[in-house]
Amino acid sequence: MSVFKAEIQQKPPIASVGIFAWLRANLFSSLFSGVLTVSVAYLLYLSLPPLANWALFNADFVTSSNTECTRQGACWAYVIEKIDLFIYGFYPAESYWRVQLAFALALFIIAFMRLARGRQWRFKAIILAFLMYPFVAFVLLYGGFGLEVIETHQWGGLTLTIVVAAVGIIASFPLGILLALGRQSKMKIIRLFSVLYIEFIRGVPLITILFMASVILPLFFTEEMNVDKLLRALIGITLFQAAYIAEVIRGGLQAVPTGQFEAADAIGLNFIQKMSLVILPQALKISIPNIVGSFIALFKDTTLVLIVGLFDVLAMVGLSSSDENWLGRETEGYVFVALILWIILYSMSKYSKNLERRFSTEHKI
Amino acid sequence: MKNIIEINSLNKWYGDFHALKNINLNVKEGEIIVICGPSGSGKSTLIRCINFLEKFQKGKIIVDGTRLSDNVKKIRQLRSQVSMVFQHFNLFPHLSILDNLTLAPIWVHHQPKQQAVDKSLQLLERVGIRDQAEKYPNQLSGGQQQRVAIARALSTSPKIMLFDEPTSALDPEMIAEVLDVMVELAKEGMTMLCVTHEMGFAKKVADRIIFMDEGQIIEQNQPDMFFNQPESERLQLFLEQILG
Ligand SMILES: Nc1ncnc2c1ncn2[C@@H]1O[C@H](COP(=O)(O)OP(=O)(O)O)[C@@H](O)[C@H]1O
Ligand SMILES: [Mg+2]
Repeated sequence: MSVFKAEIQQKPPIASVGIFAWLRANLFSSLFSGVLTVSVAYLLYLSLPPLANWALFNADFVTSSNTECTRQGACWAYVIEKIDLFIYGFYPAESYWRVQLAFALALFIIAFMRLARGRQWRFKAIILAFLMYPFVAFVLLYGGFGLEVIETHQWGGLTLTIVVAAVGIIASFPLGILLALGRQSKMKIIRLFSVLYIEFIRGVPLITILFMASVILPLFFTEEMNVDKLLRALIGITLFQAAYIAEVIRGGLQAVPTGQFEAADAIGLNFIQKMSLVILPQALKISIPNIVGSFIALFKDTTLVLIVGLFDVLAMVGLSSSDENWLGRETEGYVFVALILWIILYSMSKYSKNLERRFSTEHKI
Repeated sequence: MKNIIEINSLNKWYGDFHALKNINLNVKEGEIIVICGPSGSGKSTLIRCINFLEKFQKGKIIVDGTRLSDNVKKIRQLRSQVSMVFQHFNLFPHLSILDNLTLAPIWVHHQPKQQAVDKSLQLLERVGIRDQAEKYPNQLSGGQQQRVAIARALSTSPKIMLFDEPTSALDPEMIAEVLDVMVELAKEGMTMLCVTHEMGFAKKVADRIIFMDEGQIIEQNQPDMFFNQPESERLQLFLEQILG
């Protein structure tokens, strides 16, 4: 350690630091980038002040109806009054705590994962949490075990958006792994099935799948079984997402060197052990950026569930702005929802960058 | 002493390409065999057939009394008897050195974890890198990685060790440390088949050296005869090239 202390501390020459050097290096490194910088600055100059005026300086925050929003800018009072609708949909207000608890638990598990790396017992705790959480969350949101049942047609808003996305993400993952392995299988029938499934789904837009799930699925069930509308959408989304995840994971599998397969064979692991202990951990690590990219795409696609009669956070805009007190306030609603979705998606993408970096510094291939 | 490996008129094709032509080879328990020959002559293919990493179309191989066949159970039993060390180490990069070693004992041989860890640490001691147990493969030098690979191959307590050019991917200054470990193993009575062009190693420990070319065994002999009185022209040419 002390060896390095002997090194002479040298400051970089003055010209390469400071604001001018930075400007020069990043904004005016060539004529083209200089022109670009100036035009972007001009566009910002044109658009930012009116936007700030609308969103902040001329906005109304506390009024009780549309007509009292007399200033020129945005009427955030509308968003503030309808905030519960945006977040919880038609979920009964006295049960909001159940939603809050379910999400708090999820955040807790995610935070816990960070602390737990490298610890054997914590690893087991995480696996357990992962397996238990869906059941706990389901009971919290839906009811049972002494909690009052809240039917899924009362679910809505951001809660519904997150439930749909989370179920789609979690349920499609194992299915996607199976399909990816199936596509590489030596058994012809399994391979054929996987290829047909993946290519069929990827050739059809989610909207179509959702329609099929809500129209065709009920044909397989009797009248009394009447499958839940939300469940149908969840099945459709899961089946859809699994095909994309399968392709992403297949890419990861192909990137694992053949030597790894041979070494795993040579020490006598069976197929399941070889895949789960040696190949998949490496393939998944390689695929993290693409997996998250695919999840982000899914999250955006969840807004399509409106088509089959579910009211996610985006659908709440139309619903709440048709309230006669707040007629014609869609703009504020859409801006607000866009902001929420952006925050969520941006966090997802940051989190994936973070995961990547952690994995790659811990142990590179 | 009895034959632990018997290979009878072994033939192997890759598509139309005849990679192994009528190979016959018996290996006694504890015998050290070095296989050499020009690149593409089928050396890797031959030793990979012995632990069934490659399938073959004709002939038979009997390892420790069991005839190799497509039976998955038997193949996995075989693989705990016959270990392999690869040219490019093929360590598992996502697992620590220790976890690389305990993987097979725990999952294939169902040993209690503590026992597997203790034995793995002993093996690491034996190859001289006990202090690196918690590191990951990419944090070690090539020579250290190959020694870990040897320790991993030993973790299943095999009767036979196969080496496929274990030193040819290494920087010159690291070759000796790997060969030392192999010499130690040879002295302890392990049955070994080594594909290598390290002729110093061959002279020192080999009981028999086999020369292959174009999928055939051209010549085999004990070391001094092999080097001093090569019979076939091809071997003479090969020795001239390799010994300079
Ligand atoms: N998987 C394969 N498919 C087709 N040909 C192969 C394959 N593996 C090896 N071969 C061919 O078989 C011959 C012998 O290969 P190999 O046993 O690797 O030779 P060596 O180890 O002596 O260099 C070579 O000509 C090689 O091109
Ligand atoms: Mg070879």
